[in-house]
Amino acid sequence: MSRKFLNVLLPAATGALVIALWYGVHFWLAAEMRFLLPTPDAILAALRDNGDALWRAALNTTAGALLGFLLAVVVSIALGLGLSLSSLVRASLYPYLMILQMTPIIVIAPILVLWVGPGLRSVTVITFLICFFPLVVNTTQGLISTDRHLVELFRMWRATRGQQLLHLRVPAALPYFFTGLRIAATLAPIGALVGDYTAGSSAGDGGGLGFSALIYSSQAKYPALFATAAVTCLLGFIFTAAVLALSWLALHKWHDSYERADK
Amino acid sequence: MSVPPIVEFHEVTKRFGDGPLVLDRLSLAAQPGDFLAVIGPSGCGKSTLLRLIAGLSPVTAGRLTVDDLTPADAAAELAFVFQEPTLLPWLTVAENVELAQKLRGTPAAARAATRQGALDLVRLADRGGAYPRQLSGGQKMRVSLARALSLSPKILLLDEPFGALDEMTREHLNEELLAIREQKAWTAFFVTHSVSEAVFLSNRILVMSANPGRIHTEIRVDLPYPRTNDTRLSRAYHDLVAAGSRLLRSVEEISPVASRA
Ligand SMILES: Nc1ncnc2c1ncn2[C@@H]1O[C@H](COP(=O)(O)OP(=O)(O)O)[C@@H](O)[C@H]1O
Ligand SMILES: [Mg+2]
Repeated sequence: MSRKFLNVLLPAATGALVIALWYGVHFWLAAEMRFLLPTPDAILAALRDNGDALWRAALNTTAGALLGFLLAVVVSIALGLGLSLSSLVRASLYPYLMILQMTPIIVIAPILVLWVGPGLRSVTVITFLICFFPLVVNTTQGLISTDRHLVELFRMWRATRGQQLLHLRVPAALPYFFTGLRIAATLAPIGALVGDYTAGSSAGDGGGLGFSALIYSSQAKYPALFATAAVTCLLGFIFTAAVLALSWLALHKWHDSYERADK
Repeated sequence: MSVPPIVEFHEVTKRFGDGPLVLDRLSLAAQPGDFLAVIGPSGCGKSTLLRLIAGLSPVTAGRLTVDDLTPADAAAELAFVFQEPTLLPWLTVAENVELAQKLRGTPAAARAATRQGALDLVRLADRGGAYPRQLSGGQKMRVSLARALSLSPKILLLDEPFGALDEMTREHLNEELLAIREQKAWTAFFVTHSVSEAVFLSNRILVMSANPGRIHTEIRVDLPYPRTNDTRLSRAYHDLVAAGSRLLRSVEEISPVASRA
């Protein structure tokens, strides 16, 4: 059997198996317990019935996720450049960045809402807080990991600090930066969800996906709850795919991670 | 015969911080056009010697002049070739060779001409658009060499440049290097761990001993240039390689082993 054919067949077979198991478990449960695991078709129906509400919620969450993500990118590039200046700067800032990272966002989210105001603002800030750490750590690591001999060549060529940054340190940091970006892309929708879970209906008209989840679970609308999870998943996929595409554009020509196996 | 030396070490001492003595009152004069090979036990300070000339590391005591200037002031007359090709992987071969000139603000047309000339010299004129990862180890090393040559240096510093390559490739590159030098006679400092490579390339071989690093002996290589593969078959070449190998062996035996090695 050709490799190409297997590449399509095997994932499809896995999917079919999972769905079959899913139905199996559903019908294996006692009838009065079956609400705990709605069938895929019930979830699809809920997706259709709540389509408008879920679409609006998804847009609200996307706005917060995107804003928080972009804010994290901008801040971590600026901070990474600062941190790459010297190990002294790093030593004086890293412990506090660590503390920020260790602080459970879920716990402080309610107070954040009070600080920055409800709605899109707090969703953005919470997304930012969740995305920002992997980005700043990877960006900094990239900026300080430049090949020593290349730095020496630039010195011998009398390159200015600006030239060294632009032509050497920044391009050399790109693979690290994109590693951080990929992690952040998977975290952004989750961060936004946590955000609008806490910020409630104020996050745009009718709130985001986190608020939908809150409502559906309080109303025991479990198929709709699963539908909300599916939409969140999709959002995560879109974010990740966009970052993978950017990463490919920036790196595929020269970076070893895009090396074809047969070369 | 009274040409002033182009590189002169006068009682140069080097230590890193408060570490052990790496180079001990080293004196040495290189005449313009000399091809100096440097051999010696690992850790004896060969790379350090080159890095001092390049101005990448300051001398601790003594005087070092490069074309009558301090190494830092002479930077424009020097080019360094490391053991690894040390190319920028995100630039094409052509962009790599042009980079130093671009940073200096040389206009694009002049840059392109120099780059093409340098790539012609290393027979890679048709690979300008390739990225480093698409090249073999030997080809990458030739790009590195082309980049150094494109700066029209008076002094070329090479730190085991072909050490990671297979023997055939290395011999070819040695012949190419000498052929290029027929056209532009830069002074070369060439560190190697291969005695036969040192004999084939140089007119002077500095044999160093370790801990602290000193020049133990200098071997004169009076084989006539241009040297070709036939040179490697000559009696004189073989005798020099044999003598050099014996000498290197005896130097390794007398060199105390570094305490932290
Ligand atoms: N940057 C440095 N800091 C401290 N010690 C160094 C440094 N560079 C080289 N050395 C020491 O100097 C000695 C000579 O090193 P090197 O010149 O690299 O030797 P070689 O090239 O002959 O193998 C070694 O003992 C090495 O540990
Ligand atoms: Mg060395």
